[in-house]
Amino acid sequence: MVHERVMEKLAILADAAKYDVSCSSSQSTRKNQNKGLGDTGNGICHAYTEDGRCVSLLKILLTNHCIFDCAYCVSRKSNDIKRAAFTVQEVVDLTIGFYRRNYIEGLFLSSGIFDNADFTMERLVRIVKKLRLEENFNGYIHLKAIPGASEELLKEAGLYADRLSVNVEMPTEKSLKLLAPDKNHKDVIQPMQYLKNEIVGYKEEKKSNYKAPLFAPAGQSTQMVIGATQENDLEILGMANYFYDTMQMKRVYYSGYVPISYDNRLPAIGTPVPMIRENRLYQADWLMRFYGFNVNEIVGFDQPNLDLDIDPKLGWALRNLHQFPVDINTADLELILRIPGIGVLSAKKIVAARKFKKLQAADLQKLGIAYSRSKYFLAFASPFQLQKDLTSAQIKEHILNFQKSKYQNNFSNQLALF
Amino acid sequence: MTQIIYDGSYEGWLTAVFEIYEYKIKDVAFAKDENSNALLFSNTHFVTTDNAKADRVLNGLQKRLSNSGFSNLYYAFLSEMNQIEEILFQYVQYVLASPINIEQDFSNNNVLNVQKATHLTGRESHRMKAFVRFKLTKDNLYYAIVEPDCNVLPLIENHFKNRYADQRWLIYDAKRKYGIYYDLENVSTVEIQFDANSSSSKFLAEISDDNEEFFQSLWRNYFKSVNIESRKNTKLHIQHMPKRYWKNLTEKIPDLKSRK
Ligand code: SF4
Repeated sequence: MVHERVMEKLAILADAAKYDVSCSSSQSTRKNQNKGLGDTGNGICHAYTEDGRCVSLLKILLTNHCIFDCAYCVSRKSNDIKRAAFTVQEVVDLTIGFYRRNYIEGLFLSSGIFDNADFTMERLVRIVKKLRLEENFNGYIHLKAIPGASEELLKEAGLYADRLSVNVEMPTEKSLKLLAPDKNHKDVIQPMQYLKNEIVGYKEEKKSNYKAPLFAPAGQSTQMVIGATQENDLEILGMANYFYDTMQMKRVYYSGYVPISYDNRLPAIGTPVPMIRENRLYQADWLMRFYGFNVNEIVGFDQPNLDLDIDPKLGWALRNLHQFPVDINTADLELILRIPGIGVLSAKKIVAARKFKKLQAADLQKLGIAYSRSKYFLAFASPFQLQKDLTSAQIKEHILNFQKSKYQNNFSNQLALF
Repeated sequence: MTQIIYDGSYEGWLTAVFEIYEYKIKDVAFAKDENSNALLFSNTHFVTTDNAKADRVLNGLQKRLSNSGFSNLYYAFLSEMNQIEEILFQYVQYVLASPINIEQDFSNNNVLNVQKATHLTGRESHRMKAFVRFKLTKDNLYYAIVEPDCNVLPLIENHFKNRYADQRWLIYDAKRKYGIYYDLENVSTVEIQFDANSSSSKFLAEISDDNEEFFQSLWRNYFKSVNIESRKNTKLHIQHMPKRYWKNLTEKIPDLKSRK
């Protein structure tokens, strides 16, 4: 029966797509047109998986047939697994059926490479066009750009999708050579470069002519697999910084490697997923994007890896105690943002609330900051036990004793690896 | 202490605020018609909702608040948080008494409490945009049942209207026994009664579109497939999808076939 076959395909092709961690559906500007179906907005997580990740898009592969043999990938040619392929119409029907029921914000479509890059990319583009032109669908579409696809196809993709991504997967060229012999760095970097130029170009045009078409209005993103190879965090974050600066990426995703292979180039099956490290990388990434930190302040040649037991902002503060204490009643927003335990929202609130009165310790707690960790870095005008006599090591110990890390279990079994 | 009895609507509450000032009533407690135990209080004051009075209060507030501060008041009211009327009244007193805009005085308790309520409603309306699960009937109506803690339907109506411009839909708040219905042109408020029969699987099968059950199974199937077992984190899962919402979430309900 057709239903059963589609059900089976969905299981196979959703399972194969889930290792791409990106699920963002925000930052697009597409609106509902001509009373059609759908729009985009701030991005909504419609559900959360049992591992706590956001489900916002229908994330599937068009097919998991692949002519390549990338060692870290479940769909690699040499892997003995069930293969399946959707038809164009099946993907369209699933997307629309899910969207109308408010299950999803849109579609994230990727694919193994069958035949060749262009052939695959052409099929992906055909689906997006059908959704946009025939179904009048204005929801979010994230399309994977297949490395090696022609610029004409990338351009068409950009005209119909909200976001495009080319995954580097391996943080360095050396690792890519080792694990994905069919691919080369150039095939990955070139389309990124091309997309960047197009995105910038169309955006410029839109400024002077509001009728100009949208081109990937939610920009491009990429993903790096973490922990499959030997790179340190300095190399990974350095690469991320390059993507943000040079390629104007909207997001870089870090995907802790889930062991799926007995290949001895890779961590063995049963090796825990490096979830704390992944989490620390995301924190570092946020510091770069929202807190005004330079990558060199977070990692450096003298300490190429992030601390696993404390977050990178606290790590930076402990290495830079001479910058503290900060007086929250007078300091600039940029400095307040650098105090451990104070997020962007709380920092802004502090700056607003201090206009009404001199803030005291008790006020800070009301503003929703993690006072137990920030107190070591704060100065108050009124008598307050200044904590500046403590050393970095002492502060760290105090903070760690106070908070039971939610990752503690994972953490101990991970430590055994180092 | 005077008990102020009003009809439970925002306009009703605003009218009450006007009259408290008008009659210089000191020391107030609010009650909605239904559950007023007037006997406990020696003084009661009945409020008849009066849009002119409500507007005057709104105008006064609008002058002293930013646009977002002004709409936050309504959000806070819809939170239906315990004693929200008293909390808001104290806040309004602070707003009206102060020569400057006080909405960012975050260390003030009145401001803080209202902010909490606003946040509660904001979070829930965001959740309802996410957790509504439409089911398709034979006559092409997409309907969903929700039971939010806060009264958020008025806040999510535009979102659904803009997004699902080409389908008829109904979102029903089973807790407050009213729904919003979109007829391809406008959204209107509707009151319908569901009885025990209306949630029986036999009834649902009768009214459902032929493909409805299939799409529900597809979605459950998808939800299962995207999970990565080796990353399981139940605590995080529940934090994002609190259990009280599960009974209306398709992916958390077993297939019809496996139900008794
Ligand atoms: S090309 Fe893509 S799908 Fe094919 S094996 Fe490599 S990573 Fe997997």
